[in-house]
Amino acid sequence: MRSFSTGFVLVIAAIIAAPVAVVLASIGSDSGGLWQHLVSTVLPGYVRNTVALAAGVAALTLLFGVSTAWLVTVCRFPGRNLLRWALLLPLAIPAYLGAYAYTDLLQFAGPVQTWLREVFSWSRGDYWFPQVRSLSGAIVLLSLALYPYVYMAARAAFLEQSASSLEAARTLGLGPWGCFKRVALPLARPSIAAGVALVLMETLAEFGAVQYCAVDTFATGIVRTFTLPNQYALTAAAQLSALLLVVVVVLVVVETRLRKSARFFETSGRRRQLRAWPLKGGNAWLATAVCALPVALGFVIPTALFVHLTIKAGDARAREMFLEMGRNTFVLAGIASVLAVLLGLGLAFAVRFRDTPWVRFLIGVAGMGYAVPGAVLAIGVLIVVAWTDHRLRGLVQSVVGTPTGLLLSGTAVALLYGYQSRFLAVSLNFIRAGLTRIEPSLDGAARTLGATPMMTLFRVHVPMLRGTLLAALILVFVDVVKELPATLMLRPFGLETLSVRVYQLASDERLSEASSGALAIILVGLLPVIVLSWVVDRSVISKS
Amino acid sequence: MSRFRAVPSALFLLVLCALLVTVFAACAGDPVAEDAVADDAGESVVNVYSARHYDVDAAIYAEFTEATGITVNLLEGDSAGLLERLRREEAASPADVFIAVDAGRLHQAEVDGIFEPSTSDVLSERIPANLRHPEGMWFGITKRARVIFYAKDRIDANQLTSYEDLADPKFRGKVLIRSSSNIYNQSLMGSMISALGEEQAEEWCRGLVANLAREPQGGDRDQLRGVAAGEGDIAVANTYYAAKLAAGPPEDQAVMDQLGVVFPNQDDRGSHVNLSGAGVVRGAANKAEAIRFIEFLTGPEAQAAFATSNKEYPVVPGYELAPELVAFGEFKEDALGLAEVGQNNQNALMVMDRCGWR
Repeated sequence: MRSFSTGFVLVIAAIIAAPVAVVLASIGSDSGGLWQHLVSTVLPGYVRNTVALAAGVAALTLLFGVSTAWLVTVCRFPGRNLLRWALLLPLAIPAYLGAYAYTDLLQFAGPVQTWLREVFSWSRGDYWFPQVRSLSGAIVLLSLALYPYVYMAARAAFLEQSASSLEAARTLGLGPWGCFKRVALPLARPSIAAGVALVLMETLAEFGAVQYCAVDTFATGIVRTFTLPNQYALTAAAQLSALLLVVVVVLVVVETRLRKSARFFETSGRRRQLRAWPLKGGNAWLATAVCALPVALGFVIPTALFVHLTIKAGDARAREMFLEMGRNTFVLAGIASVLAVLLGLGLAFAVRFRDTPWVRFLIGVAGMGYAVPGAVLAIGVLIVVAWTDHRLRGLVQSVVGTPTGLLLSGTAVALLYGYQSRFLAVSLNFIRAGLTRIEPSLDGAARTLGATPMMTLFRVHVPMLRGTLLAALILVFVDVVKELPATLMLRPFGLETLSVRVYQLASDERLSEASSGALAIILVGLLPVIVLSWVVDRSVISKS
Repeated sequence: MSRFRAVPSALFLLVLCALLVTVFAACAGDPVAEDAVADDAGESVVNVYSARHYDVDAAIYAEFTEATGITVNLLEGDSAGLLERLRREEAASPADVFIAVDAGRLHQAEVDGIFEPSTSDVLSERIPANLRHPEGMWFGITKRARVIFYAKDRIDANQLTSYEDLADPKFRGKVLIRSSSNIYNQSLMGSMISALGEEQAEEWCRGLVANLAREPQGGDRDQLRGVAAGEGDIAVANTYYAAKLAAGPPEDQAVMDQLGVVFPNQDDRGSHVNLSGAGVVRGAANKAEAIRFIEFLTGPEAQAAFATSNKEYPVVPGYELAPELVAFGEFKEDALGLAEVGQNNQNALMVMDRCGWR
């Protein structure tokens, strides 16, 4: 039985990991000198930019995410109740849309700089202005899009910390800053690390926004190499991907270590909400400003711009778009997110019940797709699905006598497979983090009372994980709504989603028309994000 | 031991749910795919993979369906991705027609064995011989020229007459052009290699990079807007982008009012022209429909619409051009064999990498 269940996990994880593995399998092949060419010309730049981007985004998302989470959780200041959930809103805006918006607003020929030149009668070179299309521009844009992962993780952790430990710290004479630095932050560290790990993986895989900002990273380099009209293009792109994945493996290992070395379980049954510190005067308004800044920059300004552009010159196909493409997007994202949660739950439980190195390894690999640029992952899916299809065709032909068409390629199945391969890491990470917070002694208690592991799973764990599961569901949903490259490459005939429409207009350089689609993407993602903020609050408080 | 026994069944249940959801999705979420094989039932269809991404195309395809009763199933995407999909699907691919927006891609698809030759008297009569494959692997649909625009108040057009001039040191810090990742630039570079040989073309490329006003960024329209805003004095862009700006909202028209156009190399080989074109995919189930479709794209309704709404140059001579294109004037085209450009494209990006053109 034991080997059977391990085998089962192995098969599922292997299927999910196959697209990444297939791309990597071509590493050994000869790249016809293309690899040497890349190393001697562009690779050093890719390494430099990728390291700088990842470091910058990690630092900035930590700053935004942790500071705002701490403030809204333990302090009272004007607007706190609104900001508490509004801080998640930037999740609804894909980084590439943020990049469109800010480039449009802030470029040399854009309205802000033109206005400044008119008002002060400056001309080119008379003044300094930050460049959106630059490394620092990309860092800020990605941080604004991704900090909610850190915010969410940090806030959940702060909320869960028993009020008593913080109150004890206060009694022992620690001020707010001391409580934060010496008690709350160390306790929250594993959660925050998990949030930052997600951010880093997204950063490494991000193509659209980074490309738009004219920064050459591994992700853009991989896609560029792949599109070379050269028979070795795929091999060289795979070799670049392999190098990127080595970094990811290191990240995953470090993150796992961190999580392991810092496991905290709640032991007190009584959990009370911490009484918030009221802030006064300038400090209170400062807290408001600190929390409002990422919301304004990450959500309000881009959304307002898209609303303005849509009213001024929207997409001629806007109606059709909101009805048909909006529906397609919603259905796809809905199915993909349910699948991801089911699979994530299965794999996470497998680790809990049988924590062998093999299982851990496979699950680690299954989660790696998140750090691979969507276009590369899509190629992997193409290869795997087409291979399976050709085998199936042979099989059908030998049984029935006539060949069929392709059964999987170019269907929604291939697309959903791509989404699982890419986003399973999100649900898996969340569910595993949620599971580690459930004390193992509860499993024992359930068993003593005669429950089978299956009953334990559904009657103890799943109800306790309700909030976590919903959060994972929503995050995958929103990720799928925003996803572009894999959708573009794997979708069936005629299936148009919102992001595909925005891509078509944007690649024709019609950004003001793309604003309608951008707005629709934001709207489809908005409701789930609002539910999510409610969940983050409720799931913790309702347990008390 | 028994503690673990139920794990597989729990997993089974979850995976079963997952599979059910997938099957449901495949059936419910995919009504169009059924049309793709509906030809068995007598209804005629043509399945098209297209790297074009213009709204005018949808209108033309609708006209085709109305005129012929043939349904068009469309999949638009970027050309490298579509090509990879065709390669992997092999002969079983549902695609009947592949449309690319660049001669290099058409050449690559041909080399990869994606196309099968087709003969059509209509096509060979309509399309000039240099704009279609000699064995009928692919046929040109529209042309676009990659030309030079300059700030009328800052640049003397007499000093700027060829692509070679873009690398002239007198234009240091004045030239705007997008990234070398863009396929139109790769084709331009390919044509420079054909004209000058690889060594001299690399020299030219270094000169161009030295003349850049800023790190390459944005699209073609951004380069034109950049010149109008004074960020540089010279921009390289495709003709239809410029024509669309000129036909756009007032602020875009104001951009084009400040710019003059240079069709380069009129005294020698002519300006670099690229092609969007279509071919019949090998093993196409709907070959007759595919050929009718390509014929329609080169027919009067489609060619006129490409010319007027999308502001491209039609491959079939004699159609009225968009007024903005007429205003640019007539020009001599570089008659370089497109197969040669396709071959040089392989080296183009490597040369650009070596010169530091990002």
